Amino acid sequence: MRKVDFVIIGGGPAGLSAAHKAAEAGLSSVVIERDDKVGGQLVKQTHMFFGSKKQYAKTRGIDIANILIGHCKAHDDLIEIMTNTTVTGLYDDYILTLLTDDVYHKIEAKAILVASGASEKFMLFENNDLPGIYGAGAVQTLMNVYGVLPGEEVVMVGSGNIGLIVSYQLLQAGVRVKMVIEAASQIGGYKVHASKIKRLGVDILTNHTVKRAIGDDTLQKVEIVEVDDQWNMIEGTEKIIECDALCISVGLSPLSTILGMLPVKMKYVGKLGGNVPVIDYHHETTMNNIFVAGDVCGVEEASSAIVEGSIAGLFIANRLGYKHPEYEKEMNDLTQQLENLRSGPFGVKTVEGLRELRGENDV
Amino acid sequence: MRIERHPILNFDVKKKVFFTYNGKRVFGNEGDTIASALHALGVRKLSESIEKHRPRGFYCAIGNCASCNMIVNGKPNVRTCVTKLEEGMVVAEQHGKGVLYEKS
Repeated sequence: MRKVDFVIIGGGPAGLSAAHKAAEAGLSSVVIERDDKVGGQLVKQTHMFFGSKKQYAKTRGIDIANILIGHCKAHDDLIEIMTNTTVTGLYDDYILTLLTDDVYHKIEAKAILVASGASEKFMLFENNDLPGIYGAGAVQTLMNVYGVLPGEEVVMVGSGNIGLIVSYQLLQAGVRVKMVIEAASQIGGYKVHASKIKRLGVDILTNHTVKRAIGDDTLQKVEIVEVDDQWNMIEGTEKIIECDALCISVGLSPLSTILGMLPVKMKYVGKLGGNVPVIDYHHETTMNNIFVAGDVCGVEEASSAIVEGSIAGLFIANRLGYKHPEYEKEMNDLTQQLENLRSGPFGVKTVEGLRELRGENDV
Repeated sequence: MRIERHPILNFDVKKKVFFTYNGKRVFGNEGDTIASALHALGVRKLSESIEKHRPRGFYCAIGNCASCNMIVNGKPNVRTCVTKLEEGMVVAEQHGKGVLYEKS
């Protein structure tokens, strides 16, 4: 069996950043990616990022993906990228079983970083399984990676940043966005994103949700309804909206199911998006040399995933005997960056969620 | 429907890739996944649910949710949203759980 030092599951922003920092310290790694390309969900993000320059603010997601891939290519003697490969098994003796184009193989690692990202949440309503009802991220992939339109007339559910940004990108691609509906009484995402689509004539209806979808083999209409502040539907306020695609953007959950194959302690933390592994400050789980980074340990932005991956890469390299020449400086800088990213009002949830995860709220 | 003009992205005219969908000869573009090619052709129903036979399309488009499973070259449960389209592929709507290859 093939034996390596460091295996990274997931070639998104966290995984690529970890491989890069580990390589700078001299540690080799194998990055496993189920898609045929790395870059994770950055490859469909045509919008510019916020934050500070260190996390590529004012750069489009698609370009950040290329920057991160470039960092890894510069160390191609140490970083091996294995695409079209799905992890099918993860064992407590640090062996992974893999499927690459239907060929089954095994690999053993000294340390493993799980950077598997997140998945889109779903919503409960009548006929929610009709074709034409898509995750907002799925629509972004379809449009921005493959150049295919999801439909002609779209209704967006959810006014968080993803809902607002994808609505704008639908408009850019020539799709009519009929409305954005939001069950809460306030718009969830940044005002700047909301203003952009409002200026283009898209209404954002707060206190509204989907009651049911209508159609035979594919979506034709949706019935929306007003809700009160406890999110109870208000009878008599139903409206039928014609549309051929419904985009669901009601948040993400950590894609942490893969960790169920290992004896690591998990905890449900709603503020981090769902079931997450219990970790220490270096992103190590309760199992020695099993680490996590990015959305899998709490849903945030790609910027935080980049920083978390870098921290884990540096730390793991050091653990395995490869100390980065500027370890302390890099580690302090990255820790500071993560704090800055979480310092605004949108970071409160993560900070509180991490406190809950570490049991710091327990009396 | 495909995007023809876009303010940020550039979708050049690509090579056609011919494949079979439910017995019909159709084509997608080079670089497409099976699901994106079918969607561009207006096909949204990819399979039926196992028990109630309700229509199923894709949901996540990144290989998570298994809502896009189809029979490809005789193999069932292929995640068509992350499987690249290839010339001559035989793609069919999946009904039921699917039957694995016969042992040869």
